[in-house]
Amino acid sequence: MSGKNTSIKNIFTNGLIKENPVFKLVLGTCPTLAVTTSAKNGIGMGLTATAVLILSNAAISLTRKLIPDKIRIPAYITIIAGIVTLVQFVLQAYFPEIDKALGIFIPLIVVNCIILARAEAFAGKNGVIASMADGLGMGLGFSLALLIIGSIRELLGNGTWFDYEITANIFPPASIMVLAPGGFLTFGIIIGIINKISASRIENKGCSACPMPCDLASGEREVQG
Amino acid sequence: MKEILIIVLSAVLVENFVLTKFLGICPFIGVSKRLNTAIGMGGAVIFVLTLSSAITKLVYDLLLEPYGLEYLNTIAFILIIASLVQFVEAVLKKVFPPLYKALGIYLPLITTNCAVLGAALMGIERGYNLGVTVLFGFGAGLGFTLALVLFAGIREKLEENDIPESLKGFSISLIAAALVSLAFFGFQGLF
Repeated sequence: MSGKNTSIKNIFTNGLIKENPVFKLVLGTCPTLAVTTSAKNGIGMGLTATAVLILSNAAISLTRKLIPDKIRIPAYITIIAGIVTLVQFVLQAYFPEIDKALGIFIPLIVVNCIILARAEAFAGKNGVIASMADGLGMGLGFSLALLIIGSIRELLGNGTWFDYEITANIFPPASIMVLAPGGFLTFGIIIGIINKISASRIENKGCSACPMPCDLASGEREVQG
Repeated sequence: MKEILIIVLSAVLVENFVLTKFLGICPFIGVSKRLNTAIGMGGAVIFVLTLSSAITKLVYDLLLEPYGLEYLNTIAFILIIASLVQFVEAVLKKVFPPLYKALGIYLPLITTNCAVLGAALMGIERGYNLGVTVLFGFGAGLGFTLALVLFAGIREKLEENDIPESLKGFSISLIAAALVSLAFFGFQGLF
């Protein structure tokens, strides 16, 4: 029993730190940069994606024996799109403010690489409880990363943190940090710092990190070769 | 004519999908290592984005809206895009083998490119008509390609430079992207 508990705990902490989806696996870069103009938006996006991840991992883990291997990717995408739609309903009903701030990036969770990557790498092969723990760990890891980037950008670009004035009176905020270039810059420097303190260099695997294109593309290459 | 030019140019420069809207960052960083792959990917994205904008708009107007199913647009659009990409791949392979050879390996990568789904959703949100939606999709694809090609040139140069060890690779690419994005802010007051 205790052995099982520790393994669930390991799965959970794995996503949070060791394999942090944003800082270590470099997945889901688009929302990471787009919604982190403030700490509040960052955490809002993070928690929304966490809810989607837990639910989609659970649904995919439950149906993993029913879905034929060949059509699993389209099936996963349909399941994820359905869950994203549901989560968006909940947001619109109870948190309209967050829904408005995140706008188009809520439906775009469907094509967030993290969700599909976890479905393919974990939920399609493991039990329901473990898959949900994995979803929770990965989701919170994503939220933590978004909170860090959002905090830095809000503090430097607006002088506030969660809308509380912190440094706005001490030095004039550089509004470039909440605009597009500030997003690239903050993320780039954070990755540089992580490279400096950890031994291995982080590489963006780009599209090859997304399970779907990778699968299809490699299949294609085999045909050609 | 002037209107068409304004729609396309503002989608390419003022609202550049990659550099001001953060859509399609994964392929932007992942496929921009070499100039020729950047051009191939860009061509495939322009092709699929233009087609998918037209089809998603038609499905929304003829199917989803009349029956009050607007809330299903995310599911409908992603399925349309995924099947469209497969369809385009199959057709190109059969009908235009040279074009397939040039774009083929980039096509499957497009389904999860959020610029494609993003353009479809944005067109609906802004209430564009069919013609404008198609132009907007085409402009968005063109803007993506422009950013990708510009950036590929910069990255080929970056590789020869002496960069601090911990900033090499992904990190310096993002910082360079910040500078390119800053340059694109100059277009902000254009229209």
